[in-house]
Amino acid sequence: MIKQKEKALIFEMSRPGRAAYDLPDCDVPETKLEELIPSHLIRQTPAELPEVSELDLMRHYTELSNRNHGIDSGFYPLGSCTMKYNPKINEDVARYPGFAKIHPYQSEETVQGALEVLYNLQTELAEITGMDEVTLQPAAGAQGEWSALMMIRAYHESRGENRTKVIVPDSAHGTNPASAAVAGLDTITIPSDEHGLVDVEELKKAVGPDTAALMLTNPNTLGLFEEHIVEIAKVVHEAGGLLYYDGANANAILGITRPGDMGFDVVHLNLHKTFTGPHGGGGPGAGPVGVKKILAPFLPRPQVVKVGDHFKLNHDIPQSIGRVKAFFGNFGILLRAFVYIRSNGPDGLLKVSQDAVLNANYMMRKLQPYFDLPYDRVCKHEFVLSGRRQKKLGVRTLDIAKRLLDFGFHPPTIYFPLIVEECMMIEPTETESKETLDAFINTMIQIAKEAEESPEIVLEAPHDTVVSRLDEVSAARKPILRYTPNHEASANPSNKETVKA
Amino acid sequence: MNFRYLPMTEEDQKEMLQFLGISSVDELFADIPDEIKLNRRLQIPEALSEPEAVKYFSRLAKKNVNSDDYIYFLGAGIYDHYIPSTVNHVISRSEFYTAYTPYQPEISQGELQAIFEFQTMICELTGMDAANSSMYDGPTALAEAANLACGVTRKKKVVISKAVHPQSRAILQVNANGQGYDVVEVDIKNGLTDLEALDQAVDQDTAAVIVQYPNFLGSIEDLAAIEKIAHKHKGLFVVSSNPLSLGVLKPPGEFAADIVVGEAQPFGIPMQFGGPSCGYFAVRNKYMRKIPGRIVGQTTDEDGKRGFVLTLQAREQHIRREKATSNICSNQALNALAASVAMTALGKRGVQEVAIQNIQKAHYAKQAINQLEGYEVVFDAPTFNEFVIKAPKPVSEINSALLKRGIVGGYDLGRDYKELSQHILLAVTEARTKEEIDLLVQGLGEI
Repeated sequence: MIKQKEKALIFEMSRPGRAAYDLPDCDVPETKLEELIPSHLIRQTPAELPEVSELDLMRHYTELSNRNHGIDSGFYPLGSCTMKYNPKINEDVARYPGFAKIHPYQSEETVQGALEVLYNLQTELAEITGMDEVTLQPAAGAQGEWSALMMIRAYHESRGENRTKVIVPDSAHGTNPASAAVAGLDTITIPSDEHGLVDVEELKKAVGPDTAALMLTNPNTLGLFEEHIVEIAKVVHEAGGLLYYDGANANAILGITRPGDMGFDVVHLNLHKTFTGPHGGGGPGAGPVGVKKILAPFLPRPQVVKVGDHFKLNHDIPQSIGRVKAFFGNFGILLRAFVYIRSNGPDGLLKVSQDAVLNANYMMRKLQPYFDLPYDRVCKHEFVLSGRRQKKLGVRTLDIAKRLLDFGFHPPTIYFPLIVEECMMIEPTETESKETLDAFINTMIQIAKEAEESPEIVLEAPHDTVVSRLDEVSAARKPILRYTPNHEASANPSNKETVKA
Repeated sequence: MNFRYLPMTEEDQKEMLQFLGISSVDELFADIPDEIKLNRRLQIPEALSEPEAVKYFSRLAKKNVNSDDYIYFLGAGIYDHYIPSTVNHVISRSEFYTAYTPYQPEISQGELQAIFEFQTMICELTGMDAANSSMYDGPTALAEAANLACGVTRKKKVVISKAVHPQSRAILQVNANGQGYDVVEVDIKNGLTDLEALDQAVDQDTAAVIVQYPNFLGSIEDLAAIEKIAHKHKGLFVVSSNPLSLGVLKPPGEFAADIVVGEAQPFGIPMQFGGPSCGYFAVRNKYMRKIPGRIVGQTTDEDGKRGFVLTLQAREQHIRREKATSNICSNQALNALAASVAMTALGKRGVQEVAIQNIQKAHYAKQAINQLEGYEVVFDAPTFNEFVIKAPKPVSEINSALLKRGIVGGYDLGRDYKELSQHILLAVTEARTKEEIDLLVQGLGEI
């Protein structure tokens, strides 16, 4: 693999006259464009899109792909993101013409197969989470959070109650308070106790007649199971609030325990995490929301229902919060998740969580002698280490992360959750072999030693990547967000081309 | 039964348990109270082996009428377009689709550069200064534009044309309920936004005026006239636009739009039952630091070499939490990549050629149907690749009859507009041949 240091932009490769498309000639009688569109609405300066041949195009994007690290490239223990293997059959199925080439406005009888997928997925996610009903509309976890909070708001309003406060622990994902704000609700942040769990006494102080909900990730972002969850649920419910389950960490509990059984009223899942979406370089994801019966009247419209052997869309949900996403959500991602669930079955999903948790505990205990372990107890699918011991030697967590790049590993999530100094959040997932875990462990141990013996190796990392550390401060201060060509050539207006019919 | 995604052998498990000093995996779950443990198998169907899964899903897929076998004239926001073969090959590279958000730029330069190029292409097509890395879809991008407008103007009213996609308006309403602003809808006149009504609706309290270009009924709005009204009281001018149409239409940026949003699905993204697609979001420089979602910027590394990073993150939820401009975290990176590949494949000339073929073919179909007895093209506004016809029978009846002829007919406008019952919105893209259009015309004539 040849890696140039600087890669040309596709625009810089452009040469007038080249093309990577081929359309048949227009076969209908043509009318002059000016007769069809008023002249003041016709474009005069064409968009400067690149002009390259098909091979140029493929080489460009192949080279870009070579400058990118995916799960298929190597270990990716990015905490809270569940970077597990993405099964290839999922990709194949999503490309079947009967799924990829169907239109969302086709009549119900012409898309029975697609509606069957959605209905069964709704049903099976309800069973997996212990909920009564599921909407598949939200496009991502954050949209699921917002949709759920809008349902919670509607629920309280329908009971004539004015409840506007959402309680989140200080270890919560940033999306939780942000989603609350977008739903028009205020956030109260409560501190975690010394064990990294919700401080039940603080929670008791925070709840009241204005409590709309508690948002909780369980296991939480420290990878710890909230073992007082039954009491927590009781406290919130007795105050008249509802319990929201952030499903980002659902990979730890499949077939073992369910949010519904823990006392949660509503849950979102990140199908691109636990259910192998895939992650796509940042999306698309899917963030279905499951609810208990009390929230079902407020679900987004429409829901897929089964009438006899027939699948239909039910728009008749009078108290619905409305629509949160166009059409049926991210169908292609929902479908992949459904293939994954069917490929695993009940025993497979249980083993997924068992193996994920065993892998995480194994790594945590192997690394414990070399890094600070802020919460010394059994973890679930992920755990956090602190780099404060290394920080005293002048090596920060960021440096450790960059040094990992030299060994072909994607670093863990760093500096999150915010409550742990120099935090590293490590999630191995169940799809990694023991040999991979051991290789990563040995590398981390080596880096810990380097921090003591030859810190400059760590501080100057990465040594082997296509670019070295990038100047993020200048990027934000003087943003360059698009390519701008050298204007000398096009400064002469007579060179400007016009759109021709 | 093998669990082929799970590499842990019995031997591995034994070694790891031994190292941890425990005898069973169950001990790792001892912190979960017994009363909330499931203690039974999940009641979902048993696992399918790979060949069984292939059979099962092939059978399900075959239950769906699809565009390999049928001729589609259905649009209304999702379209059947030519997708160059290169698109699927690029997005199938697992370095792209198995990666996540490029938090570590040194090993994510490929994704970051691809997004930077996407942002540039969106700026070029829309005539705007800055674009983000993509949004969930066009309708949610539109709602985020309204949220932004209310945020920066500190005004509490959004005026939107009824000629904007009904689902966009529905999603906007939920956002407005959440954030506490009002949505005022403006009527349609002859297939276009009623400018007089618009003028009356816009006032000092208006944060934004939102129109669609071409609009939901296929008509091309006169952005020059609308812009004057939109900016009269210092609100923002927001345009939702099909980016393919901008191969021929003057871009909203040239009409002083403040925010341009839309759906990049026409570029390289299959219909796939409406999602995932790819929203885009572009603004004037003035609003650059208010954009929701991820943004990629150019910078240099320690050796002065060009490189790319996620930037302007101070806006975002993981930093700002409850003070963030939006709760958006993920984007549609893989679909933005697909759109980039398609825009690259088409290039400067291709995007014009495709846009023109859409106009010509839709025009040909419109003229031919207008001559059929009982059918009438009802609006005389200029159109891109969609237009409205009045039909002599209920739309469902016509579409059922067309389906028997291998044709998926248009969208029943009566679903959203009472006054447009028995009106069909037909889409004719470059993917339709003259022969297929003639079949549609013949079919309509014989029903």
